[in-house]
Amino acid sequence: MRKPFIIRLLSALDSKQWLALGIFLAFALIAVPILHLAVPEDSAFHFSTYMITLIGKIMCYALVAVAMDLIWGYGGILSLGHGLFFALGGYAFGMYLMRQIGRDGSYQSDLPDFMVFLDWKELPWFWVGSDHIGWAAFLVVAVPALVAFVFGYFAFRSRIKGVYFSIITQALTYAAMLLFFRNETGFGGNNGFTDFKRILGFPITSSEMRLVLFGLTAIMLAVTLVFSAWLVKSKFGRVLTAIRDAESRVMFIGYNPLWYKLTIWVISAVLCGIAGALYVPLVGIINPSEMSPANSIEIAIWVAVGGRGTLIGPIIGAFVVNLAKSWFTVSFPEYWLFFLGLLFIVVTLMLPQGLVGLWKKVMKKEGAAA
Amino acid sequence: MNATVETPLDDRPEGSDGIDQMGHFVTGELDLSHGVALYLEDITVSFDGFKALNNLNLEINAGELRCIIGPNGAGKTTMMDVITGKTRPDSGKAFFGQTIDLTRLTEPEIAHVGIGRKFQKPTIFEQHTVFENLELAMKTDKRVWKSLMAWLSGDERDSISDTLKLIRLNGEADRPAGLLSHGQKQWLEIGMLLMQEPKLLLLDEPVAGMTDDETMRTAELFVSLAGKHSLVVVEHDMAFVEKLGGLVTVLHEGSVLAEGDLATVQNDQRVIEVYLGR
Repeated sequence: MRKPFIIRLLSALDSKQWLALGIFLAFALIAVPILHLAVPEDSAFHFSTYMITLIGKIMCYALVAVAMDLIWGYGGILSLGHGLFFALGGYAFGMYLMRQIGRDGSYQSDLPDFMVFLDWKELPWFWVGSDHIGWAAFLVVAVPALVAFVFGYFAFRSRIKGVYFSIITQALTYAAMLLFFRNETGFGGNNGFTDFKRILGFPITSSEMRLVLFGLTAIMLAVTLVFSAWLVKSKFGRVLTAIRDAESRVMFIGYNPLWYKLTIWVISAVLCGIAGALYVPLVGIINPSEMSPANSIEIAIWVAVGGRGTLIGPIIGAFVVNLAKSWFTVSFPEYWLFFLGLLFIVVTLMLPQGLVGLWKKVMKKEGAAA
Repeated sequence: MNATVETPLDDRPEGSDGIDQMGHFVTGELDLSHGVALYLEDITVSFDGFKALNNLNLEINAGELRCIIGPNGAGKTTMMDVITGKTRPDSGKAFFGQTIDLTRLTEPEIAHVGIGRKFQKPTIFEQHTVFENLELAMKTDKRVWKSLMAWLSGDERDSISDTLKLIRLNGEADRPAGLLSHGQKQWLEIGMLLMQEPKLLLLDEPVAGMTDDETMRTAELFVSLAGKHSLVVVEHDMAFVEKLGGLVTVLHEGSVLAEGDLATVQNDQRVIEVYLGR
């Protein structure tokens, strides 16, 4: 307790990194609103609604990628089920958005449309309180945390590791997807939630609301990055990487890896849940396909492409892969999955440290040449 | 109970791994008053019918330096696994001091009550610096919240730099441990053990891969540690065992074959047969 917590948080990044973060926030919170609202639509500098949704969406993905880096890059635990936590956060906030539709749905009922369609007369118990944004925000954090805690406790206590753990997480998200596909589960079946109208009474599709959501996502990404940088530089972070590299040695010097793994696992799940909650109002839909195994694998690819154990790498990876995806799926939709697979193979074989590792190598060579 | 399965015993409240943290430890505080540090009675461990340990009896006195020798497969490493909680015995008792039942504690709990272990293959954190390796091993509250908020005090820094000098790695403090030579890694692991301030040190082939000079320095270090600590050293290098002095226990097929000083043991007919074959 030698240094106050806030000082430690500030020293998690060096001055260059703080500057980069400041420029990023200035761009997201000042430049984008001006370019969107004040610059005419036919100008080349206009920041379109499409771009706000696209970049906002990718920032949510980047948040998930940082969460994945904490557990995989630093903890050495590869989760192939992180899409589940993302979707749980999305569904938790989606419930609130569904209630905000009020009587403006096609059936003009107090109940969400899909419940009327199923001939339900009242809200199921787990929908109680979902019309309050505070309760929704609580669920966004609490549900992924609880699911992660229970699953992680039993998995880590049984000392399930490596590929076995990855396969079980993959099965977990797949099972959840099948559960959410059922109409009886009470989350809109295969259609999920959509046709949102408002947040806190304000129309959800207005430019201002989009900019607010965009800004909130940018702030959350920045806060997560600083928090994660502090976390991995703390002694906790050193124990975590020690568990990754030599778990038995960690046990024999008196740390119980169970609680360390569980802590980072729950933190990672909660960050995914928050990302999901920011994502749903931006894109306007959440359905069980978010829990498909392929989605979770894609998260791991973003991290691998950017560079594991670097925090900034996964953000870069999320942007590169998703920008490539949105270009590919417009220009050559049938080749996207081939490209993704190729990218993963190339990165695994030739760039084990990802793009960040490549950058460091190039800088080193230039430094040596100069 | 099947000893080949690592029974998960981690489902206790986090604070229970350490007597000094909770105070209500199931098996009591370390009590060396009767002069016995480690007491193994009739320990049997079998793996798929093969008895790795067969009614093993062993007593280590407080402050004693004991060497364990024996041919491959004699059960030396399995014995250390039992003492440190990695393997549960099928039957038998394992006590640390008078009161602590080792068969009921997990690995981290056993580390907390004061048993340190050095592996046969040097096991250190290769990506961490030498300094960080010692910092992680240092005796302290090792729960998650404490690690999140941990900040090294001046005393703690001093204790790390004292250990660095003792293991002659003070010039390497900020280098990644993976870059050390094999002998230096062995010393670092010994240093990590010392940072834990254990009462009992288990050392599995600590001088493997060391130069003769390093081996002799290690022997001097161990001799100087005896008295304050109890040491159990598994070693094949007879020159090293001789230098350590003290009692030698010969293990064979999972039980004690002979015990005595090195010269007595080396002249024991049964020991000669075991080592040379009939």
